[in-house]
Formats: sequence, structure tokens, C-alpha cells
Amino acid sequence: MTTANQIRSFIIENFLFGDISHDLGDDVSLIDADLVDSTAILELVAYVEETYGVTVADADIVPANFDSIGRIAAFVGARIGASVAA
Amino acid sequence: MCGIVGFFGPEIASREAEHLLLRMTDALSHRGPDATGTHAEGAIGLGHRRLSIVGLDDGQQPMLSDDGNFVLSFNGEIFNYIELRADLVARGHRFRTGSDTEILLRLLELEGEAALPKLNGDFAFALYDKRARRLMLARDRMGVRPLFYTWRNGTIVFASEVKALLTYPGVSAEMDVEALDQIFTLWAPIAPRTTFKTIFELPPAHVMTIQNGSASSRAWWVLDFPDMGGSDPRGDDAVADELLALLDDATRIRLRADVPVGSYLSGGLDSSLVSALAARHVGDRLRTFSVTFDSAEHDESGFQTEMVRALGTEHTSICTSGDDIAAIFPDVIRATERPILRTAPAPLQRLSAHVRDAGYKVVLTGEGSDEIFAGYDIFREAKVRRFVARNPLSRIRPHLFRRLYHYLPGIQSQSAEYLAAFFAAGADGLDDPLFSHRPRFRSTAQAKLFYSEDLRSKLRGYDATAALAERLPERFKRWHPLHQAQYLETTFLLPGYILSSQGDRVAMANGVEGRFPFLDHRLVDFASRIPTGMKLRGLDEKHILKRAAQGLVPASIASRSKQPYRAPDSESFRNAAYVDEALATPSGLFNPAAVAKLAHKARSGSMSGYRDNAAFVGILSTQLWHRQFAATSPSLTENAA
Repeated sequence: MTTANQIRSFIIENFLFGDISHDLGDDVSLIDADLVDSTAILELVAYVEETYGVTVADADIVPANFDSIGRIAAFVGARIGASVAA
Repeated sequence: MCGIVGFFGPEIASREAEHLLLRMTDALSHRGPDATGTHAEGAIGLGHRRLSIVGLDDGQQPMLSDDGNFVLSFNGEIFNYIELRADLVARGHRFRTGSDTEILLRLLELEGEAALPKLNGDFAFALYDKRARRLMLARDRMGVRPLFYTWRNGTIVFASEVKALLTYPGVSAEMDVEALDQIFTLWAPIAPRTTFKTIFELPPAHVMTIQNGSASSRAWWVLDFPDMGGSDPRGDDAVADELLALLDDATRIRLRADVPVGSYLSGGLDSSLVSALAARHVGDRLRTFSVTFDSAEHDESGFQTEMVRALGTEHTSICTSGDDIAAIFPDVIRATERPILRTAPAPLQRLSAHVRDAGYKVVLTGEGSDEIFAGYDIFREAKVRRFVARNPLSRIRPHLFRRLYHYLPGIQSQSAEYLAAFFAAGADGLDDPLFSHRPRFRSTAQAKLFYSEDLRSKLRGYDATAALAERLPERFKRWHPLHQAQYLETTFLLPGYILSSQGDRVAMANGVEGRFPFLDHRLVDFASRIPTGMKLRGLDEKHILKRAAQGLVPASIASRSKQPYRAPDSESFRNAAYVDEALATPSGLFNPAAVAKLAHKARSGSMSGYRDNAAFVGILSTQLWHRQFAATSPSLTENAA
């Protein structure tokens, strides 16, 4: 399963409680779609850290990195790539 | 303070009336354990359950006028009855009793609806005029005392609580799904709607007249604010002095009773100030009561202790755990008669039982202050959202949200970008009449995720926020944004949730009457006229009230940041054996698979946000409502429009 699909599954299971009727395309804003609030975003960050073994600094918790499935996947990919390169 | 019931119309035969009235009043025995009275004559039937507070021996109801033409069944108190009585006596009137009921009856007899603005009180009553064959139903300005009604074959049936109506032949509990959607968006149904289809609430400050089989109702009082741009030449000191004088008098007349009056003490400014003023008026030591919690996040016992020490009151508190909340929650829903999104009423129902067991029937509380003096976070939040929207690129301005929600860890750890995004700063139209409440409504509405397909289908195209916006008066758009937000809180949330689910219903479940000095109409009118900057100065909430409280309340309490009254929500139900069964009860309203996942999340302890908690408590309370009131009906959604 791709990173984007893993994240999509996490959101469906944890924030939508199995409801698959929502548009969850890679570019859909999670905030505009009312899918996350201040606690949900921290649940997402915890999921990313635990699933992909990356550390997310406070400064990284911004919509540019976490407001869509595509952005989260890209963020995770960049972090994993950076740790592999190092 | 009591419970009233009645009917007016052709449906009930005279021989059945007395028995039916007794059955209806029995359903309200908790509201009035001291006496029962009925009056049946022709097409009218009136019943009364009495909680004796004023005129202990001679205030029995329903009460007949001297000439026998008028009959009154009255729930509540007329706090200025002594002044009204003196005025009537000066005009040559004589009275048989020492009760406020007789004063109200005489005034209504003399002046009809024109008497209503003279009343300073919390009331719901039914007055029947035999000669005119006319019934009048009326309710107090702020909606402290409840009054529900329904129609059966041309007969109006009414009562203080719905459970009395459900004893009337042919009246059954069916869910009004649009009202449910209003609760799952706005926290409360929009009056006259109730959770029960075909059962309605007389809105606050309304009077209804029923004659010749038809009914008409109108507002006899409205909350008003000045047009934007006005100012008050007086300084803070003069306004604070007038405020204190009004609050002091409001407290004084609310101590009128032939039984001792106690006071709730939450540890916040409002109840502390009311208790301080009450303590000056009562000769003996004031008796105070409070709720404490075993979770530090919710507990305010430190501030309560400080205030008790300052006032020297005789104080007791009742500690509430999550297990306590879960244990009483089904009874709470029986009392509220509607789904609720928070457990906050539960500790207050335990507290009223404690008050009753202590031998008290009447308590003062600080309710209403946050509405009229702009104490709630939502007012400050709206102000910050407007401030951020004026410069959406600022990375500094959104940090103000942290200051507002100092007690919410999830907010403290967010970046400026997310703070701005979560509060939709800049996204909501600044001219939207519901601007102040949009984030709350959006967040609450997430619970609709759990609606069944059937319910979603029935609600397709329905927008609860549009229904609320449609009810706003024309003059609303001329008001300052803070006044617009205050109007929404005071005329909708206050009667729809605070004074009902968290007020009258959980207090009267144990025969305890709450009295609210801040909701004295003189103070409400005064507060609506003072400049917004005196209420919310910068982000200093209730600024002018804090000023007025100087010297009466310790500075540490007067200056503490607002801590909203909250109770543990979903975590309370981890050990409650009934939850799974209640959630699984077929109601047709929710998606069982999604609800099971939500329940699992609640049990696992990983549910910390407002949205999930509100959804869990809302769904559980809806299911309990269904079991207690509607389970005998064939289907909830089949009956829904």
C-alpha cells in the first residue's frame, strides 16, 4: 500500500469511523473538509511518527505539510529520503 | 415553584377530567412534592403540583379569583410581589393570602396581558377566563420556567414537562428529526420546536391566547441592543456602581421566600459575587453548595474553598467522578427530555439531590452573567477571528487563540498557521450573522457523520444554521458584532440548553428551585445598553463586572481567567455496563458500525477532542432518549417528516 493510501485508511478509520463516502483525494484540504481539528491533527502527527519512524518537529506541524493526504505523503517521503541519504 | 398541567378544548368528558389531571400531575411529582391541586369545569382542566416556598399554608393552586371567574395555575416566582401587592393595596385591593400567586392572579384579572411587563420573576402559567372562555399561557422573559404543549382533536394540552403530556390519551413520543439535527448542530432545538414531533415549547417571553378553538401567540418582551456606533458618556466607575446596585437588588428580592435560600458556589466570579451579595442580606450564615471533581482538569475546589473562607459560609460540596456521571446519566436524559452533547448537567443533578437532602428548596446561582456581560470564550474567539482576518498573512495574531484556550492542551501546541486555519480566521464572511458561532456549529456538526443513511436521506437539503439565521430580527444587522453574538447566546443557547438541560430540569428533578439574579430583566436591559468595550475590553471578559466586584470578591477570583464549567465526557462511560446495549438499541437514527468504532475509541481512552466527545455523548443521550420515551413507538424515522 502506498503511503498516501495508508494515510487515507488511517483517516477513514479514525476520523470518519469507516465512512467512505467522503471525497478523500490527495489534494483535498483536510481542514476545509472539516476532517481534522486541533486534537485530530496531533493524532495524525503521532500516526506519522509511529508508522514511518520519523520525528516531526513542532515547526513542521503546519498546513503546508499536513493539510492533505498528498502533502503528508510528500512530507513523509522527504523525511524518509533524507534519513536514507544521511 | 412547581409544575403545571392542563387542557382546554372539547376532547375530554367532564367525568374523565379529574382522573386525567391527577395522572398528568403525578408525572410532575418531582417538581412539586408538597401538594396537588386540580380544577376541572367544562372544557377547561388545570392541575398543579406544588413546591411550597412563598405563602406556605395559603398558596394552594389552581387558585380562583374572588368572583370565581378566573382560575390560575402558576409555576415560578414573582420576586417583586411585595411591591406589586403594596401598589394594589394602595388602590384599595384586599388579599386573602400572603402568596405571590394571588398577586399575579389579581393583576392578570385587572390588566390581562398588560400586566406581564410589570412582573419581575421566573414563571410559566395558565390563566382561564370563564366568561370569555379564553385561556392564556405565558412564559417569563428569559425562559427560566418551561411550558410545553400539543394539540389533540382541537384540544390544547400543556404542561411544565413533556412527560406529563405523554400521559394524555393519544400523545406519543416521536422524534422530530429536524430538531435532532438542530441539536447536533446548534446544541438545542429552535423553539417552538422540541425533540418530540408534534409537541412544542412556548418560546420565552411569549404569551399565547386560545379562544374558540384557535390560538395566537406573540412576544411580550424582546432583548434589544443599541444600533452600532452609540456611546455612553459615563465612565467605568459610574456604570460599575449602577451595575452593582441593580445586581444587589436583584439578589435581595430573590432571597424572598418562606424557606431558607442557599447559594451555589462554583469558584468563578459570577456565583462568588452573587453569594457575597446574598451573604450581606441574610441574617444567618449563608448556606453554600458546590460540585467538585476527582479530575484536576475539571475541579475548581481550590477557588471554592477560598471563597467559602472569605464569606464564612456554611459549605458542603459533592465530589463527582466519571462513574458517578455514568450512573446518573440515564436519569439526566429522563429529566432533560432531549439529547445533550455534554455531560455537564449530570453533576448538577447530583448537586440538586444533595441540596434537597440538606433541607433546601431554593438556591441562587450565577447563571446568565456570561451571556449578558460577555464572559464566554466564544465572544473573545470571535473578536480574535476578526482581528486575524484583517491581516490573514500575520503569523503573530493567531497566537491569541492560545491565550483564549489556556485550559486546552491541544490548542497550546499548535502553529500559528493551524490556529488560524482551525478557527477559520478569514474564511467565514465577516458579515455572516452567525459569524461568531460558525466554528462551534461546524465542529458540533461533525457528529452527523454517524447518521444512518435513512436519517441522512430525510434531512437532505435541511440546514439547521439557516433555520436559526431566518429567526433573527431585522434589527440584528444594525448591532455591534459582540451584541449579535450575545443575542445568539442569550435568546437561543441560554433557554435552549443552559436554563433547561443544565438548569430547571436537573434542579427540579429533585424539587430544587434555581434563582438567577443576573437574569433580572432590569440587569439584562442595563447590560444590553452599556458599550461593548465595558463588557469585553481587549480580551478581558466581563470587564465592568470585575470592576463592580472589587472589594466583594477576592482579587484572585475576580481576576482569574475564565474557566468554563465542564465535566468529564466520554471517559466517564468506560465502566458503564449499559452503554453497549444503549448504543445498540435499534433507533434507525445512526450507523451502528460507525457508532461501534466511536465507542471503541471512547473505551480505549484515545478520545480527547471536542468533536468525538460531543458525538459520543450526543449519540448515547439520543439512544437513551429513544429507550425512555419513544421505544414503544413503531419506528422513529418512519414517523419523521
